[in-house]
Amino acid sequence: MNILAAESEVLAPLATGWFMDNAWLIPVVPTVAFALIILIGKRLPMKGSELGVFSMVISLVLSAGTAYQWIQRVNGTSEGQFVSPVVRSWSWWQSGGFDFGIGQHVDGLSVVVLFVVAFISTLVQVYSLEYLRGDRRYTHFFAALTLFSGGMLAMVLADNMILFLLGWEIMGLCSFILIGHWWEEDANSRAALKAFFTLRTGDMGLLVGISMLYFAANDWTQANLGLSGFSIRGISAWALSGEPNSSVITIAAVALFIASIGKSGQFPLHTWLPDAMAGPTPVSSLLHSSTMVVAGVFLVARLYPVFFVGLDILGSGGNLIVIIGGITIVISAALAFVQDDIKRVLAYSTVSQLGYMMLGLGAGAWLPAVFHIFTHAFFKACLFLGAGSISHSASHHSFDMKKDMGGLRKVMPITFATWIVSTLALCGVFPFSGFFSKDEIIDNVGHNGYNTFMIIGLVGAFMTAAYMTRATYLTFFGEPRGASAGHAAHSHDPHGASAPHDSHAAHVSHGATGPHESGLLITVPLIILSVLALGSGFLNATPFGESWERMKLWVEPRASVVIADSYPGGPGESLKLASGAVPAEESHSKSVCGSATPEKGVCYAPQLNHAPFKWSKALISLLIVLAGMAISWVLSILVFTERDPRVAGLTSRIKVLGLGHKFLVDKYYLDHLYENVVVRSVAYPISQAAYWFNQNVLDGVLHTVARFAKRLSAWVYKNIDQRVVDTTVNNSAVLTKSVGTAAQPTQSGRVSQYGALLFSAAAIAALVLVIINT
Amino acid sequence: VFVNQFLFLAAVLFCIGVYGVVARKNAVLMLMSTELILNSVNINLLAFAMRNGSTDGHTFALYIIAVAAAEVGVGLGLVLLVYRNKKSISVDELSEMRG
Repeated sequence: MNILAAESEVLAPLATGWFMDNAWLIPVVPTVAFALIILIGKRLPMKGSELGVFSMVISLVLSAGTAYQWIQRVNGTSEGQFVSPVVRSWSWWQSGGFDFGIGQHVDGLSVVVLFVVAFISTLVQVYSLEYLRGDRRYTHFFAALTLFSGGMLAMVLADNMILFLLGWEIMGLCSFILIGHWWEEDANSRAALKAFFTLRTGDMGLLVGISMLYFAANDWTQANLGLSGFSIRGISAWALSGEPNSSVITIAAVALFIASIGKSGQFPLHTWLPDAMAGPTPVSSLLHSSTMVVAGVFLVARLYPVFFVGLDILGSGGNLIVIIGGITIVISAALAFVQDDIKRVLAYSTVSQLGYMMLGLGAGAWLPAVFHIFTHAFFKACLFLGAGSISHSASHHSFDMKKDMGGLRKVMPITFATWIVSTLALCGVFPFSGFFSKDEIIDNVGHNGYNTFMIIGLVGAFMTAAYMTRATYLTFFGEPRGASAGHAAHSHDPHGASAPHDSHAAHVSHGATGPHESGLLITVPLIILSVLALGSGFLNATPFGESWERMKLWVEPRASVVIADSYPGGPGESLKLASGAVPAEESHSKSVCGSATPEKGVCYAPQLNHAPFKWSKALISLLIVLAGMAISWVLSILVFTERDPRVAGLTSRIKVLGLGHKFLVDKYYLDHLYENVVVRSVAYPISQAAYWFNQNVLDGVLHTVARFAKRLSAWVYKNIDQRVVDTTVNNSAVLTKSVGTAAQPTQSGRVSQYGALLFSAAAIAALVLVIINT
Repeated sequence: VFVNQFLFLAAVLFCIGVYGVVARKNAVLMLMSTELILNSVNINLLAFAMRNGSTDGHTFALYIIAVAAAEVGVGLGLVLLVYRNKKSISVDELSEMRG
């Protein structure tokens, strides 16, 4: 009997239910729907889209049920008691002593992300019904979108790293398909390839990390928990057990974090994310809010004990995660200022917000980071869908804010209202949801001793407010320009090659009608999302006291030592399990998880502390945000509308500013670095060497062989072919002819005679056999 | 123990079958004779399987029965086609293959 078995005996009274026990159905439903859409989608009345929407609705219902039952389970426990996750696993395949499992791991983290993913996916699919109507690959789009969500759900629910990797790679593949959905345009297929290869670079880290963890942890997990070294539960307990060799777990954590950098678009692998805007807008919305980019953050949150121990998260000084997160926040926010494409502004803002999540995770603010995943999903999806709504109904499929937008607040009141709500949430204005999550991250980062990074977070908040105000001004205020002003068709084509825009052929109808509000299938998802962007923050509203911190209660894993006492009882040894926190009378604090090696038993989550909320600190960050908005607002009016000579065109007059602007427009030359230096230095010499080898070695050998073969064949023709072969052939032909003539009488054409010959031959053969054998 | 009797029965059946194939003119009767030959082989297999105490022979016999069924199907199909073309199923009529 091991700890795990004993634990489930003692913990049995915890509430469970059908939804939680069968949570594995959540990813299975969209995956089955994907197969059905591919097979029969084209023959269905709505071209397969109804299957996609239907499967996502089922997933959403299942996720909601699971979330509800999880909350019941948590509410039934006393404070500090360990709430065991609902883990079920089956053997997938066995090979050479390895047992690869497949299964579900339902806990607070997976429940919250499951719900968000299913919810956003459902809304995005509904929105796509209208947005992609008449697209030439409508069915395939829905198939890929459904599988995409299925992959994310499988990854979130995975109980072991192999299944996790599977979901992770399914998403990588589907993002490639979806970004390159309109692959006829060269820019789109290049963007898809870029995303795919950049992600591959990071994925190497995931493979290395998973294998390292397996070989390091398997013995311990098998002996103590009876789990394989792939099991997320086993790895978490192992990481906190004090067993692991510190350099092994550090290297594994770094390798896994490289995968997160690739997937979550952190510096320096963030370059694929803005280019991923080449896909249809619903894809960008899904990709950037709840699936895909969140996967990297989710990996860190899921295997948090590994990172906690491996990168010494509560230790002094910076660690890899906070440094990367901090750099990402600032550099991507700076890039957002020089973009003219509205979707690119949002893309860089996503990168920046992911930087916040990483910063929070790296600084020990696990819950605020996860909460930021939750709130960010709603307002970012709303912003992207809003941008799509503008391009769909007002700016004639252009996303260029300077050329084709402006003054849209009057013609698109619903889109405008939802956009404003989401922007305020993104900027972190009280009481919108972003305030409760982002401010918590910044606050906790400072609380845990990372003062420099707290300042970086505040700077990032200022920049976020400023660039979002600039984008809002350009889009909704000022004079209508280009397509928004009504002369649509002309502004559309000239920049078709340079500016990425959604150009699907079937939509020419509203070129004549001018900008207008979008249809219900678009505005209803927008309204739902903006309500959540406003309200979702109250699930963990720290300013209002402990009773409002629902998310902390439901989602954060309880850091308590799960103890197994051995006592002599009858034959052999049996284990008694005392669940819950170590009693306070003992000398060490309430929990030792993560800070010291637990003497007996295991921990599944490290002990983290939370910064107490202070209005004074919150007011400072609110003031910074408001200042960013105000400054940006004034500057936007001066630059874009008034064309004030003091500020307009500064970059062209002052050389230093011009250089800085160019540096930003060229995205820090990172793309140049990757394409022209890294790829060239690797690929170019290889192709050169291959060419030289081909010319000199292979061709030389080939020529020599050919010359020799020519001479040889001449000799062979004269001597062997003419003299030997031809004579033989002639002679054998003569022989065959005479034999044929001799045997002609037997070919009577009568079946009976053939039968008689056959049987007599068989009889003779039988006789011969009998004689030989006796 | 009793193997010899089985083998004798099989040999008799086999000879009847051979006689049918060689001497009969009717194509359907020839097919039936072929069946006799196959079944005599089956009897041999079962007899030896009994003597050796194994089930291998049974397996073979089952396969042969299945193959024989398929073979009869094909054979009857051929006979039917021959009949359509010649209005006769006598094999003596079929001597176009004379060399």
